[in-house]
Amino acid sequence: MAERSFKKEVQQLRIGAGETFAGEGILAITKALLENGVGYVGGYQGAPISHLMDVLADAEEILGELGVRFEASASEAAATAMLAASVHYPIRGAVTYKGPVGVNVASDALANLASGGVTGGALIIVGEDYGEGSSIMQERSHAFAMKSSVWLLDPRPNLPSITEAVRHGFELSEASNTPVMMIVRIRACHLEGEFEAKDNVAPPLSVREALANPRRDTSRIVLPPYSYRHEAEKMTHRLPAALDYIREHKLNEVFGPETGKVGLVLQGGHYNGVIRALQRLGLADVHGDTDVPLYVMNVCWPIVEDEFLSFCEGKESVLLIEEGGPEFIEQSLRAALHRAKAPVNFSGKGIVPPVGELTGEVLRDSIRDFLVQAAPEMLQPADRSPNRPGPSEVPDLGDVVPARPPSFCTGCPERPIFAAMKLVEGDLGPRQVASDIGCHLFSTMPPFEIGGTTMGFGLGGASNAAFGEGGDKRSISVIGDGGFWHNGLNSSITNAVFNKDDGVTIIVDNFYSAATGGQDNLSSRANNPTKSTQHSIQKALKGVGVDWVRQIDRTYDVGKVRETLNEALTTDHKGPKVIVASSECMLNRQRRERPQMARAISEGRRIEKPKFGIDEDICTGDHACMRLSGCPSLTLKQTGDPLRDDPVAHIDQSCVGCGNCGEVADTAALCPSFYRADLVHNPGRWERRIAGWRRRAIGWLQARRDRKRLVWGQA
Amino acid sequence: MKEFRLPDDLPGKGGPDAAQGIIKLASLAVGGQGGGVLNGWIVDLARQNGYAVQATSVAGVAQRTGATVYYVEMTPRSDRQPVFALAPSEDDVDILLAAELMEAGRAMMRRFVTAGKTRVIASTHRQLATVEKVVPGDGIAASDEVMKALDSLASDYVAFDMQTIAEEEGTVISAALFGALAGSGALPFEAESFRDTVRRSGRGVERSLAAFDRAYEIAAQGAAGEGATARLPEPAAPARDGAPSGAAALMRGWADLEARLENLPDGAREMARAGLVKVVAFQDLRYGADYLDRLEALAAKDEAAGGARHGQDFTATAAKYLANAMSYDDIIRVADAKTSQGRFGRIEAEMRAGPDHLVRVTEYTHPGAPEIISLMPAPLGRWTERRGWAVRGIDRLVNRGRHIRTDRLGGFLSLYCLAGLRRWRRALLRHETEMTHIHAWLELAVSRLPHDYDHAVQTLCIRRLVKGYSDTHARGLSKFDRVMEGSALVEGREDAAEWTRRLINAALKDPDGKALDGALDTIATMIPARRLA
Repeated sequence: MAERSFKKEVQQLRIGAGETFAGEGILAITKALLENGVGYVGGYQGAPISHLMDVLADAEEILGELGVRFEASASEAAATAMLAASVHYPIRGAVTYKGPVGVNVASDALANLASGGVTGGALIIVGEDYGEGSSIMQERSHAFAMKSSVWLLDPRPNLPSITEAVRHGFELSEASNTPVMMIVRIRACHLEGEFEAKDNVAPPLSVREALANPRRDTSRIVLPPYSYRHEAEKMTHRLPAALDYIREHKLNEVFGPETGKVGLVLQGGHYNGVIRALQRLGLADVHGDTDVPLYVMNVCWPIVEDEFLSFCEGKESVLLIEEGGPEFIEQSLRAALHRAKAPVNFSGKGIVPPVGELTGEVLRDSIRDFLVQAAPEMLQPADRSPNRPGPSEVPDLGDVVPARPPSFCTGCPERPIFAAMKLVEGDLGPRQVASDIGCHLFSTMPPFEIGGTTMGFGLGGASNAAFGEGGDKRSISVIGDGGFWHNGLNSSITNAVFNKDDGVTIIVDNFYSAATGGQDNLSSRANNPTKSTQHSIQKALKGVGVDWVRQIDRTYDVGKVRETLNEALTTDHKGPKVIVASSECMLNRQRRERPQMARAISEGRRIEKPKFGIDEDICTGDHACMRLSGCPSLTLKQTGDPLRDDPVAHIDQSCVGCGNCGEVADTAALCPSFYRADLVHNPGRWERRIAGWRRRAIGWLQARRDRKRLVWGQA
Repeated sequence: MKEFRLPDDLPGKGGPDAAQGIIKLASLAVGGQGGGVLNGWIVDLARQNGYAVQATSVAGVAQRTGATVYYVEMTPRSDRQPVFALAPSEDDVDILLAAELMEAGRAMMRRFVTAGKTRVIASTHRQLATVEKVVPGDGIAASDEVMKALDSLASDYVAFDMQTIAEEEGTVISAALFGALAGSGALPFEAESFRDTVRRSGRGVERSLAAFDRAYEIAAQGAAGEGATARLPEPAAPARDGAPSGAAALMRGWADLEARLENLPDGAREMARAGLVKVVAFQDLRYGADYLDRLEALAAKDEAAGGARHGQDFTATAAKYLANAMSYDDIIRVADAKTSQGRFGRIEAEMRAGPDHLVRVTEYTHPGAPEIISLMPAPLGRWTERRGWAVRGIDRLVNRGRHIRTDRLGGFLSLYCLAGLRRWRRALLRHETEMTHIHAWLELAVSRLPHDYDHAVQTLCIRRLVKGYSDTHARGLSKFDRVMEGSALVEGREDAAEWTRRLINAALKDPDGKALDGALDTIATMIPARRLA
């Protein structure tokens, strides 16, 4: 069960022509797929398209009604390989994953698919995770489109444009026998908007029908001599066909006056940002009517050179607005201008920053700087004048406002694993630790600061391979259950078995692909009606030849995790040592259990709800517990006591009683100020009576003691 | 209060800024605060009021407790679709919602708050970041700096604690923020329209509306600046405030001690009163008399060293740290606190237990050999401490985590009996150790008093470093020792007090004393120069 449910929202997927769709980008994309007769869909989750996968999963019933097959693919490579169905069969297929990391994983299948080409439209929807809030390396998926001759759509970020791009994507793919990649940036995926819906269309040929009538064509296989033919075909047939389609259907758009001395060329995805910059410079109105001619490249690859050259005709200066590096589009456009010997002043990087997100401020400054040189008369005096007043005063809060990187949630079952690792670090000294992709990567941040590299999804173990021979101190690698099933079982585990690796691997199993939004995977404990779950990681490990496996079924048992890790690091056993540390993701568990508990309590059943607390009197304010926790609910408070300098620990109402605080205080022998309180709802009559007796006895003892001393403030 | 008014004629091309016709609203929140819900409400509200609207967010990993931004743009609907931006721009935000005080600070740093333009609606509560919490000393960011910046930058803001309102109404902060947004009048929509949006959302409507209404009222009354103070979780009233109660003889003894407070200088009396309460509660009246004996002696030395010129800072500081040092954190004190009258009631209140609930309490303790030995009569303790085998033997016997149910008689009694050792406390090893430590520390401080008053005061302050239990306590003691040594190295310098203060602060920066090492290294480089001179 995913973190966010779209059960309600997906009902909009059923609407037809004449109705207006209102909702999020990802939902609109799904609707567009259905309107365009898609035959099968798949993908692998990851921001910003995690929710697209969740929408598809929640829409399985609707997809089924139309005869559309949905796969939650094992990886991006698996998803892309699925597009093989469009090689021989005229079926439209769409897959989705995040870029560029997902495209990296997919690239093997992508290159093979692109070589042989497709018959049915093949669309890859890439959620480009670049700029603010990104969790990955800052690169561009663009390079993959160029190297494999895949066409790259980058539509203007509004729902009508995006949904139209889906239709054109399929048609362009079919017209040119080439897979098409469509980029949507992180905010476009989640933008709320509207578009005019059309009727859904069932695929003219379903995968079921195709299966009944198999086809093959040896010339589509990537083997000599065909592979050489494919290479030529790309240049001689597919590219011209694509250029014709793009020209004919005006996929790239021109806005603004037909003539002008200057012009802007931009990726479609930056249209809104550029218009806002022009609005702020007084050169466009609210509806986007602009004084500056724009050439909007909704197709970023291939480049339609003649179209671009005719845009440049009669202009003195043109600025290209391209995000990130290398400046692939700029190189192509400059080459085109050079070939045509066009007399236009062309600028790009230099005015536009070479790296980093094109934020509102960057775009406004870049366009203003360009116009100051190229057409100063277009600017307002204040923008033109070099002596314009500087930006507003920014208060100097750099030393005050704390950084707030993402971290483990309240009650996260991964926290105690790293608390135990920190304690083992104290016992046995620091280790070479390799991290992986997933929530567990937060271990590299304060307070734990464990782990030095992250090489890719499921590659935690593999990235310690050089240290596999062992030595005085064994290496540790961390990998999540998501990463394990994505790629880790093969690349990290079998790799370690085969190479007789002496290192230790910790598999952080939280029952979901949690970081991407709580999707189910093979070892999820849930009963998923359409997927096969509950496959044991332990069995998989044993099956591929790992002899030393330890299963921990409650990660909150910090003592046991510590002991097990100690054993793994010191045992004489040769070969890989793998610890599977399993406890359910607290975010998902709370979502699952809270309504059940509330119902049980209202039905009068006996329920215990734990929460931790701290005796303020006993806490000395040394904050040692914080350094082994970082839990949002374990925080500080001022005491109001003039004798105390430092704030004391405090557990707020968001505590879910996971047990980490108590276990850590106990295992690390920290401090006795923690207590756990269990609130018993609907206690039984006997239980109540016994509790009453206890209270009276305890009260009598306390009163007896207090008679012999002075007592303060016991109101 | 400023009302948001759309320009009569939407500016077009050739004007100064065509985007003025668009309301731009950014919300800065901490992942998990429900920013998505708030964003959804604002979109619904705008649509219902005939506005074209676009909302975006950066979903992803930041939503795991990290700082995150939501963004909405809207403008009255017309027959043509406006072009909205997908992210807030610097100096171009009309309404800024901050779901936490430091996020308001972050908004200002990112230039999302522009003087004369941006309406700020911020909750002043704090949700501490990890980096603030892990500092051994006080690492909490200075809220007043953010409030000051807000005051000087945003002439027009609404700031109050919306988290507490939400908690009290059993809902989340988004409802209170939405109410404050409505009450502020920043958006050109009726309050009832806001409420309709909440009603349409369907879940927890009554609670949300209760929080909405309370926040609405405060914001509507123009909470701009008034009572806008940043707030941590409510500091509990000091546990031992006011007068004690007890048997008549004890009360007479207490009155005598209280009378002695009058002998102390004015500047130190209040601190000494708090200290006296602490040591008497820790042990007994006689211990309180000990405390006053020492303090009076120190006050006399203070007087002789011209303490009047320094406002008797030495005595006041001694009153504080001597009380803390004398009420050292031993097992007896812990057991006493865990079994004290009133604690169970506090826990029940904390758990929000009603008459139909029961509360069970489990203590997490982990004694080791040193704790047990410290409870031995001093001679026996000293004897045991010197014998490794005995220490190991005891450790094997006791060293394990113990989870004690203090709501049950058995568990309660075990701690109750431990607390009963109090009457023999003066004879135990821990007491002897602590008294020796206190003696040496005070001697040194007093010896510095005649020639460097401020340095003597700082010497007393070093005691702040001793805190925690077991390993943490040992680390604290070692920091104490090192700062004491450092303070000896700078003795005689004009800036000795300043250096010792710096050493204390450095020691409180990180657990391993890295900052302290750095500070001591700096001192080491200064020393030869001094000796040569």
